[in-house]
Amino acid sequence: MNSTRAKPCPLLHLDNVTIRFGGLTAVSSVSASLGDNELTGLIGPNGAGKTTVFNMITGVYAPTEGAIHFQNKSVTGLKPFAITERGIARTFQNIRLFSSLSVFDNVRVAFHLHVTQNTAHSLTRGPKFRAEERDITDQTRALLDIFQLTRVQDEPAKSLPYGDQRRLEIVRALATRPKLLLLDEPAAGMNPAEKVELMKLIRFIREKFQLSILLVEHDMKVVMGICERIHVLEYGRKIAEGTPAEIRQHPAVVAAYLGKEITH
Amino acid sequence: MLPRSQIVLLISLITAGIISASSSRIDDYILDVILGIGINIILAVSLNLINGFTGQFSLGHAGFMAVGAYAAGTLTTGPGKVWFDASGASPALLFPFVLFAGGLTAAVVGLAVGAPSLRLKGDYLAIVTLGFGEIIKVILQNIEWLGGSRGMVGIPSYTSFFWCFGAAAVTIYAAWALVNSTLGRGFLAVADDEIAAEAMGLNTTRYKIIAFVTGAFFAGIAGGLYAHLKGYISPAGFDFNKSIEIVVMVILGGMGRHVGVVIAVVLLTVLSEKLRDFGDKRMIVYSALLILLMLTRPQGLFTWKPARKAITG
Ligand SMILES: Nc1ncnc2c1ncn2[C@@H]1O[C@H](COP(=O)(O)OP(=O)(O)OP(=O)(O)O)[C@@H](O)[C@H]1O
Ligand SMILES: [Mg+2]
Repeated sequence: MNSTRAKPCPLLHLDNVTIRFGGLTAVSSVSASLGDNELTGLIGPNGAGKTTVFNMITGVYAPTEGAIHFQNKSVTGLKPFAITERGIARTFQNIRLFSSLSVFDNVRVAFHLHVTQNTAHSLTRGPKFRAEERDITDQTRALLDIFQLTRVQDEPAKSLPYGDQRRLEIVRALATRPKLLLLDEPAAGMNPAEKVELMKLIRFIREKFQLSILLVEHDMKVVMGICERIHVLEYGRKIAEGTPAEIRQHPAVVAAYLGKEITH
Repeated sequence: MLPRSQIVLLISLITAGIISASSSRIDDYILDVILGIGINIILAVSLNLINGFTGQFSLGHAGFMAVGAYAAGTLTTGPGKVWFDASGASPALLFPFVLFAGGLTAAVVGLAVGAPSLRLKGDYLAIVTLGFGEIIKVILQNIEWLGGSRGMVGIPSYTSFFWCFGAAAVTIYAAWALVNSTLGRGFLAVADDEIAAEAMGLNTTRYKIIAFVTGAFFAGIAGGLYAHLKGYISPAGFDFNKSIEIVVMVILGGMGRHVGVVIAVVLLTVLSEKLRDFGDKRMIVYSALLILLMLTRPQGLFTWKPARKAITG
């Protein structure tokens, strides 16, 4: 096991991150590093603290102790929007789309990070403003096209089937042009065929958009199938890190999942 | 070539000018009601930006109207009159600047009220704006050079059909233009899901403040128009009831719909004229109407579109 291996220049680095909610230590002194263009898994039993780790990386919660660095700059304690600006995007375990907005606008909203217009430009609507609006409309269209959501682009997001909503959430996150994408249980509620599609999609996204992905997922087939490295949490502590093959045989992981199938 | 929205605005302004030129032939009472509609359109459309599109809940719009009314009144009637007269320009020409000054003052007050409370999560805005509406009344009652609780009298009637509906057209245009832009999609996102909006990199506090201050600005303009329509303003005229009246118009119009809100304003302003005989009981009818509406059509009376269509440019 090389769980203490330090990469020379990691994209994301968690340094002894701890968070306590009142008396409960949800995440305890977790360290981890992610490099560029990596596909990493974060697994662990229910309540292990996976979503909480996401919430700390994305600024929803500030860690009680420890530090988080992204591209060698501290992002500890920054607000969520500021962290997204720096290049970390996420999806939510319980889908959080803009449910009353159209599929199209759900994605187009995210392009605000790449425009130069301000309030005055919205009012005067000059040629530059209109060109920019056309531009993000085109880019939204292109993105929806890639993920086969064009057909439903005018539907309110809430009217989509579950699987499409999960996919739309990923597309919306991609529109912020992240360097790191956090996916929280994207396969939840999907049937086996959809899960296979999702695995292809995740690999495709990594190649096409040249980003790193951190994946929280309970379905071991999915995690073991696509991740290069896996970190394992139990009761808020990191108990293992390694390749899928290493993790499958790791005694602590086997014990944590005792009675459950982790070898696929 | 101007964008179509600006051509519509231009045509509206020209139409308002033409109607204004012949407005002396309109019966005085009718004209008064019509101008009242124009002012209420400005109030409701601007509140819609805050309560409808951005999903916040302000209960203090009458307070910002009061700030605008008193600021404008100060310039034409109060101590500012000296400066107003000294400029030598014709009052009709100066009036838009007076209105603008009223709007600007209201916007500054809006920033002072909104910035601290919009930073907080939860429904603090409703409580803070409710308090603001009452506080502004008390403050005005105690400023002697603004007339105290007697109010400000002898305000010249500069509010013509043109200025009233010109300002209404500009307000509708501004609200429409803001909403149909990258900025406005931010408003809608904040209203829909604040946590998701933050995760998309939207500084939600900033978006809320922009909507709130813009709303306050136009409420201030409406206040200036109101003062120069009635010729008399008093702190009591901008009370909680007035704020609620505007909120009802926005809800009835279907929060976040431009056209619905304008229709609601026309209906409610006419209705409230008809209900004048009831005197104070008017508010009971209003409240009953609001409750009935929330129970039967929570999406508003005039909501027909299932989802917003994508608009470009
Ligand atoms: N805001 C909070 N306040 C108090 N406790 C919290 C909070 N957020 C998370 N927790 C607790 O932290 C622990 C870890 O929760 P978390 O949601 O991170 O688990 P998880 O690994 O994502 O689980 P699951 O697989 O079920 O999604 C749980 O005991 C949870 O109750
Ligand atoms: Mg979770």
